[in-house]
Amino acid sequence: MAVLEMQRIRICALKKNRKHILELLQREGMIEVCDIIHEDDTFHKMDVSLPADLLRKGTSLAKDAIDILDKYNPENKSGSNMLKGRKEVSTSVYDSFAKKRDSVMKKCNRIVQLDKIIAESKAEITKLNTQSEILQPWLNLDIPIDFKGTKYTRSFVGTLPNLWKLDEIYQELAEEMPLNVDIISSSKEQTCIFVLCIKDKQEAVSDKLRSIGFSYPGLTDAKNPSQKMEQLQSEIQKNQKTIEDCMNELKDLGSIREDICFLQDYESMRLEKYNVLGRLLQTSKVFILTGYIPKKEANNLESKLNQRFELSVEFEDPDESEDTPVLLENNGFSRPIQDTIEGFSPPGKYEIDPTMITSLFYYVLYGLMLSDAGYGLIITSACGLLLVKFRTTIEETTKNFLKMFLFCGISTIFWGIVFGSYFGDMVDVVSNTFFGEKITIQPLWFFPVKKPMQMLLFSMALGIVHLFTGLGMKCYQCLRQKDYKAILYDVLLWYVLLGSSVVYLLTMKMFVDIVGLTFILPASVAKVSGVLAMISALGIILTNGRESKNPFKRILKGLYALYGITGYLSDVLSYSRLLALGLATGVICTVINKMAAMAAVGAIGPIIFIIIVLLGHTLNIGINALGAYVHTTRLQYVEFFGKFYEGGGRKFEPFDTNTKYYKFKEKMENG
Amino acid sequence: MDNYGIVFALAGAILAALLSGIGSAKGVGMGGEAAAGVITEDPSKFGKVLILQLLPGTQGIYGLLIAFITLSQIGVLGGKSDMSLAVGLLYFGACMPMAFVGYYSAVKQARASVASIAVVAKKPDQFGKAMIFSAMVETYAILALLISVLAIVGIGSLNI
Repeated sequence: MAVLEMQRIRICALKKNRKHILELLQREGMIEVCDIIHEDDTFHKMDVSLPADLLRKGTSLAKDAIDILDKYNPENKSGSNMLKGRKEVSTSVYDSFAKKRDSVMKKCNRIVQLDKIIAESKAEITKLNTQSEILQPWLNLDIPIDFKGTKYTRSFVGTLPNLWKLDEIYQELAEEMPLNVDIISSSKEQTCIFVLCIKDKQEAVSDKLRSIGFSYPGLTDAKNPSQKMEQLQSEIQKNQKTIEDCMNELKDLGSIREDICFLQDYESMRLEKYNVLGRLLQTSKVFILTGYIPKKEANNLESKLNQRFELSVEFEDPDESEDTPVLLENNGFSRPIQDTIEGFSPPGKYEIDPTMITSLFYYVLYGLMLSDAGYGLIITSACGLLLVKFRTTIEETTKNFLKMFLFCGISTIFWGIVFGSYFGDMVDVVSNTFFGEKITIQPLWFFPVKKPMQMLLFSMALGIVHLFTGLGMKCYQCLRQKDYKAILYDVLLWYVLLGSSVVYLLTMKMFVDIVGLTFILPASVAKVSGVLAMISALGIILTNGRESKNPFKRILKGLYALYGITGYLSDVLSYSRLLALGLATGVICTVINKMAAMAAVGAIGPIIFIIIVLLGHTLNIGINALGAYVHTTRLQYVEFFGKFYEGGGRKFEPFDTNTKYYKFKEKMENG
Repeated sequence: MDNYGIVFALAGAILAALLSGIGSAKGVGMGGEAAAGVITEDPSKFGKVLILQLLPGTQGIYGLLIAFITLSQIGVLGGKSDMSLAVGLLYFGACMPMAFVGYYSAVKQARASVASIAVVAKKPDQFGKAMIFSAMVETYAILALLISVLAIVGIGSLNI
């Protein structure tokens, strides 16, 4: 448990080595670049916005290309899997990729282009299909749709609304005979007709037709419908062929997917490098890089740099006033909780890294909330299995996540045994339902469902231990800052006040009766603890407003600080969630088991039993594991951190390879 | 009249499950709408927004729990079920914290969850803090659950 000590680093080197030095630093990932020195007449910063823009475009082009490839070849998707992790690649591969880059880039462009062609062809096909649908009713017409008639005749080609029969149409047009009517096709919505009349009567026929709702078709084409249809179909086929060709090409291009992934990483790494480049101070021959580095890495990096390049490296301890970034380091047991701490906020100045203590309580509290040996076993074995199976490839963050639940699971098993819960009362139910004899595994301590008051008391007692540890942490922090007054006034007085209040409660008959304790402390203890509480309360009133000079204000502030004891009360009560969530798990288990036992009748009884139990417990484990996670985090953030930890530090963000598919690091860091 | 005890006791159990269930259904629904919106933009946030969506879902489970404990205490799930009116009313009262607090806290927690989902949409790294805002509301549901459990278990050992 430690906040790593930081040093300022200044590297001054020749410009000709710039690329290689930056690449080395990037792979090491140990330096956070910062701008300590400002520009002046000699030293200038480079404008990198143009190349950075290009690289950003390149990155997104590669990303698009990968997405497209995955869309059309879903089977060979081998993207970044959380468990499989990123592939490790030697630096020589990185260096040699520069030659390949342009050709891969071209292929990316081609992929994006192909995708566009496919989309366009698909749109075209939709359009053609609509056209052919409109044409469909006219297929039987063997003359062009816009046929207007011959020398002595006039023809009308069009549609009538609704369904018409031939004789109905003749009826309507009876007065204008002689004429010829053909029904080309008919449906409920419309009837397509062809009417031929002599030219003299065309006005009259036209009027008649109009009066019964005749309209000309939307299509006008010199070709006759079936020819037109053929043409449409061939165009559709042509487009389909195009799509197929494009798809095939994309399938072929799928083989270079790995190269494109590499390109994306390559471009994003270069982008990061350019961003750093833009922050360097440079003259025509020399550049200076300033930044922060963890002290323990300093010598290592210096020797590496000196081995390969001619340069000057200087280290300095940062000033007190500086905004130094924070990097935490923890052992394997507490490391998983470090992300939770950083999720709150990295420790601020003068604060210690609380990861170790927090992790201890985290596992204990989590286990108490879930408190079922069966569930714990499932969580532990699942996480353990994954950790072992993917131990070589797994990503650091995933590993920590799994490790956290591994430890939480172990703690859950422990508390499950203490409180006698194995998938709730599964053993009782199974033995009673199927073997006719009830067997109960006795708990190591007691059944919380049977003695909720005792469990409540235990929860709150644990809460007091947690809170007192928080106060202890504050004490330690004050000690490190040599603020001895604060230790006395802000920590010790509170310890005395809270401790004596708890003891005083134990001497009260009413309280002991409520919680069902078997012992009561004698009245003499009550007197002593009462006096102690009074003295410490008075002390708090007098001292906790000590930053104010005005005595009146000071007392008021002290009184307000004493009012903070209500905060402690609500903090302690807040730990009752340990009981509530533990009960929730247990009782829902009981419900599931009971339902399963009730349904397990007859020959297929055991099968129904197993199905209900599997479904129910899967649901329960999911919900309660989530609940325990959320509320453990809350107890840490609100109750525990509230006592000593404010955070406010800035996380160390090194200049490194922020890649998606490949790892280029020469050495794995633990951060 | 003395037989009405069981009616009140059962009504209490059912209200606890009913109101908390309605509240959670509303809450999870609200969370789901917001979460789905985030997923259209960035499917990779699914895990985080799902957790936030589920947070207001616990009240329904607490309500179920209270209903179940009550049912088994009053003998509806097998056993004797004759009780005095007073005891029935006591059970009814004992279920009320969970019923009402369950309902309101689920709905209010859902609103906090929706706001937290908006936080995660913009700043996924602030997930931990966003989650706490929503979890704060749940405290009161847990306290109600606690009182309801203690009261229901306690009534069994009263001499009425």
